[in-house]
Amino acid sequence: MSNRNTTTPDHAAASAKFLLDQERANWHDQALWFIRQKRDVTARQIPDWEQLRNAASQIKQNVLANLDDYLIQFEKKALENGIKVHWAADGAEHNRIVLDIIQKHGVQKLVKSKSMLTEECHLNDFLTSNGIDVVDTDLGERIVQLAKEPPSHIVLPSIHKRKEEVGEIFHQHLGTEKGASDPAYLTESARQHLREKFLTADLAITGVNFAIAETGGLVVCTNEGNADMGVHLAKVHIACMGIEKIIPKAEHLGVFLRLLARSATGQPITTYSSHFHKPRAGQEMHLVLVDNGRSTQLGRPHFYNSLKCIRCGACINTCPVYRRSGGHSYHNTIAGPIGAILAPNADMRKNADLPFASTLCGSCTNVCPVKIDIHNQLYQWRQVLVQEGHVPKSKAQGMKVMANVLSNPRLYRVAGKSGRLMMRMMPGLANNKALNPWAKQREMPQPPKESFRDWYLKNRSEK
Amino acid sequence: MKVGLFIPCYIDQFYPQVAIATLQLLEKLGVEVAYPLQQTCCGQPMANSGFASLAKGCDALFTRNFSGYDYIVSPSGSCVLHVKEHLYAAGNEAAATHIRNNIFELSEFLTDVLQVTELEARFPHKVGFHISCHGQRGLHLAQMSELVAEDFSKPGYLLRLVKDIELVELNRKDECCGFGGTFCVSEEAVSVKMGQDRVADHQLNGAEYITGGDVSCLMHLEGILRRKNSPVKVIHMAEILNSSYE
Ligand code: SF4
Repeated sequence: MSNRNTTTPDHAAASAKFLLDQERANWHDQALWFIRQKRDVTARQIPDWEQLRNAASQIKQNVLANLDDYLIQFEKKALENGIKVHWAADGAEHNRIVLDIIQKHGVQKLVKSKSMLTEECHLNDFLTSNGIDVVDTDLGERIVQLAKEPPSHIVLPSIHKRKEEVGEIFHQHLGTEKGASDPAYLTESARQHLREKFLTADLAITGVNFAIAETGGLVVCTNEGNADMGVHLAKVHIACMGIEKIIPKAEHLGVFLRLLARSATGQPITTYSSHFHKPRAGQEMHLVLVDNGRSTQLGRPHFYNSLKCIRCGACINTCPVYRRSGGHSYHNTIAGPIGAILAPNADMRKNADLPFASTLCGSCTNVCPVKIDIHNQLYQWRQVLVQEGHVPKSKAQGMKVMANVLSNPRLYRVAGKSGRLMMRMMPGLANNKALNPWAKQREMPQPPKESFRDWYLKNRSEK
Repeated sequence: MKVGLFIPCYIDQFYPQVAIATLQLLEKLGVEVAYPLQQTCCGQPMANSGFASLAKGCDALFTRNFSGYDYIVSPSGSCVLHVKEHLYAAGNEAAATHIRNNIFELSEFLTDVLQVTELEARFPHKVGFHISCHGQRGLHLAQMSELVAEDFSKPGYLLRLVKDIELVELNRKDECCGFGGTFCVSEEAVSVKMGQDRVADHQLNGAEYITGGDVSCLMHLEGILRRKNSPVKVIHMAEILNSSYE
């Protein structure tokens, strides 16, 4: 058993804090629910939606089963296309490779379009500490970057910030008017600010949504066109991807592009799907393929399925717990249900609370465009975390007592009777808010005089 | 047809009226029902907390109690789903398999096995139906808002057979109530907030009663309603379907 003294202090405590501001919490819930509903509407415009999910899931199944072959095929094609290919075992190696390229070109200023992988590797911090100025060019990402916070959502990085707060951040960093909160004004100010960054940057970093094994090319999806802008203006392009981003053929792209935007924001398609196959004349193009725990997850039979994820965020938007606890409560780069099944792979001890931050309602599984059985994996992680000793001793002992009582009918009846009696005679104790988390904001059930079994014996058995 | 009545531990202890209504309803529909006296709990509280390894005793007991019935019926979708998905009994696997394949939540038993087309019930109130996630997404008792498919609802069909009932539409028809087993205490703040939002949806749409097929959800919602001194009451679906038999 570990020394952790509680299972869920982190997520539970952080959520309780998030919920102190009920107005913000309600707004957060409603904003995300609005997107979830938009997703429902656009999904229903495709009569074959469920078949499309099946197709996507099976394509990814094939990829995961043959990942090594596809990666080799992809690398070969990419090299033929003139792309310089790098492999990184973990985040640190990824960061060093990126820094190396930057230093070789003597670059001081660079722009980055949104990439959850570079977040996962903490690239910004690493580059900043090496004297490199990184500018995130996705609007939401730029907002949290200026606020010195991590994104709270993989698609909507600053969804936890209200427009008044954005106005204040922009006032401090971009010199907008104090008190301004008009989204059009703020967006225009950010555009001007970012335009200057695009024009002066020598190097652009992008993520990768899909890498095509057959062609050695890659596709980046953005709504703001910022990946395009960055790459087209810079002399060097570095694309960073997790090794699971592969799809076998260009013909498979259609399946994923139809699913991605609809699942993410309820749009029929992302505004920009940029295809990069080779460096343009005079440009250098690098690709970093990162493992960082993915092959470990691939080797976990119950969990490898999670590598199908295309990072649409639909499971996050639909999750009733996420909507009411905010992304930062998950203390992991990827929040919400998918984060909760990916995070323990990286560090079981640190993330042992996350698989418990769910009611197992299953809504995530239903919206997932690649049909990851998220809620079953949450259940399975709980079993693994218990077996590996990452739950508090007190909980394990309590469970043992409970299991003992519940597998012994006579003990169960005695305990039930005394339990009900206690509750009837001392409702004050059962309702003690400090000792009983149930009763803090809820009444206890009112105990009846007799159990059903007692009633049954009197009313049926004796007849 | 011999039916074994499975009454989960917390219904036995805290909500006997739900068990009584279930029994009476099945009897009125001509079913031969027996309640195995040595039953306790399906083991779900341990399993969902990660301690499936400690649920073996419950599994063995459950299998002993319920082998020998054609069907097992219970007024709790969540427990039924647990048994269906996770009941294993070393040394008695044939019996456990039979149970997994023949256990039914009350409303699916009524619609799919008994195929009832009429009920003598009457319940002249405005009622909101809270579908439990395990019942809906686990047992597929109703169409799920996330999926692109035809609409249907087994509990909804049954409730519409009740005279003078007025079912209210909810804004979020299948949002989780936040109970979630041990989640309701380990994540107290989120659990309560989810429950409060769920209650608010029913109130906004004018429900006098909140009903459902899972006492666990209802217990949680009831606790929130009573803390707020709300006049809205909770009632299990079995009590409504049985309401004219009292
Ligand atoms: S797990 Fe599924 S729903 Fe969630 S982000 Fe990944 S692809 Fe989207």
